[in-house]
Amino acid sequence: MRRHWGLYLFPIPALALYLAFFVLPAAQGLQYAITDWDGFSPSYNQVGAGNFARIVTNDDQFANALRNNLTFLLAVVSGQTVLALGLAVLLAARTRGSTVLRALFFLPTVLSSISVAFVWRFVYDPNLGLLHSLGVPGRFLGDEDTAILWVAVAQIWFHAGQMMVLFIAGLHQIPAELHEAAHVDGAGRWQRFRFVTWPMLAPATALVVAYTTIQSFKAFDLILGLAGNPPRSSLDILSTRIYTTFTNSQLGYAAAESVVFMLAIGVVTWLQNRAARIGAGR
Amino acid sequence: MTRRALLAVYALLIVVPLMVVLFGSLKTTPDLFASPFGPPTAPTLGNYRVILGDAGLLRVFGNSALVVIVSVPATLALASLVGYAVARLPRWPSRILFGVFAAGLAVPAQAMMIPQYVQFDRLGLRDSLLGLMLINVVVTLPVAVFILSGFMRTLPRELFEAAALDGAGPWAAYRRVAVPLSLPSLAATAIFLLVMHWNDLLYPLLFIDDPAKRTLPLALLDFSGEYLTDYPLLFTGVVIASVPMVLLYAFLQRWFVAGITAGAVKG
Repeated sequence: MRRHWGLYLFPIPALALYLAFFVLPAAQGLQYAITDWDGFSPSYNQVGAGNFARIVTNDDQFANALRNNLTFLLAVVSGQTVLALGLAVLLAARTRGSTVLRALFFLPTVLSSISVAFVWRFVYDPNLGLLHSLGVPGRFLGDEDTAILWVAVAQIWFHAGQMMVLFIAGLHQIPAELHEAAHVDGAGRWQRFRFVTWPMLAPATALVVAYTTIQSFKAFDLILGLAGNPPRSSLDILSTRIYTTFTNSQLGYAAAESVVFMLAIGVVTWLQNRAARIGAGR
Repeated sequence: MTRRALLAVYALLIVVPLMVVLFGSLKTTPDLFASPFGPPTAPTLGNYRVILGDAGLLRVFGNSALVVIVSVPATLALASLVGYAVARLPRWPSRILFGVFAAGLAVPAQAMMIPQYVQFDRLGLRDSLLGLMLINVVVTLPVAVFILSGFMRTLPRELFEAAALDGAGPWAAYRRVAVPLSLPSLAATAIFLLVMHWNDLLYPLLFIDDPAKRTLPLALLDFSGEYLTDYPLLFTGVVIASVPMVLLYAFLQRWFVAGITAGAVKG
């Protein structure tokens, strides 16, 4: 085929914006992370690795946010994956009813996280709330030890339908012959799920787990909407912690926290990839 | 039977909170205290009047609409040009181009927001709707490029070769071959972007100081500070912010699912 040099012009507008407002700030973020800049003073000092040293060794609030974030991550990933898979299995067959229910279960995904937060704030309200009226004991978001888990429930309600759709797509890719063969071999329902469906769903599961992880690191809006701004320490996660540090005029330190945040996401994602590979026997 | 029972329970878990919100928006605060969950005994539009009037939500609604009307098509246009180049460039330039954008998928907004704040402030683009449009475009470019190049790469190369034989340059082939054929994926991406841009809170929260330039999610967050537990008003805000998306979803369900799911396939 003739070479069309003109093709190289097509990505230029997008590349220009991307380099200027995405790549450049990313690089600048690394620069700020080694300063004590407050964000508005004309001058600031280079502190080298000082910010990082403080984050790692001597920052209880950051450690607390990291712990909350990991608890939240584990709760959302396990709860949402199991729920979404269950719903997908129940709704995989295309009947009239299943189409309607799929649409309904997906619906929360199109709402804004702040709207979802308000819905759940009412559910958890200790005086008026839905759970309180149903006689469920507990202070929910007011309970220091479990507050973050109640947010996890809201997050699962928000996105389980989206993950269900990914699982349904995965289920539809499993050749029907496999089930038939297992059936002929005398495998029961559970055995067919365990030895046919579940292994064949490995790619979909890896995708759901990876995406749920990213989503739970980004749960910022939901927390602010449920907990207020700044959130109390029992609800603080990494994204809200960075924001709070930043709004407290510690821009350099917040930038350093962002770098650690990125690393944390990187490590968790890498561990997941490894786990998925080991799970797939590679 | 158990299958039905399980599905019914989950359906209730979705429907009940949403009904409570809708009903609550039609109640006065004393009514809500008297009966928090049932349908309103004396439905009133008073909350809507308060919010759209005093609280200026109509203006806020307009801001949100303006932002998405500009930023969604702009993102689509830019990303589809990249997707087209990815599909047609020789192997290595194509891989590099794709890789540059795909790398951006791994970077969450919270990791970038601080330097972006400084940058937009210096350029005088902070506290402006134009700045919001621009940042929306920039942060969603990677995922839009990802979805659209994925699709454009599946278009048969012969189509472009045929267009070239007919004397069409790259631009004509983009307009007459690539865009029309990729309409389904453009539509799905548009919806994905629409949901993202319409619902975004982070950047308005960072960038906007002037109350007159707030978007819906930001106004809702501010409400929750002002009215704290005035649930009827909060619920009304939720209804107003959600109705456009829910209505669109009702009509364009297939595209919503396709778009948001394609957005999820980014890892």
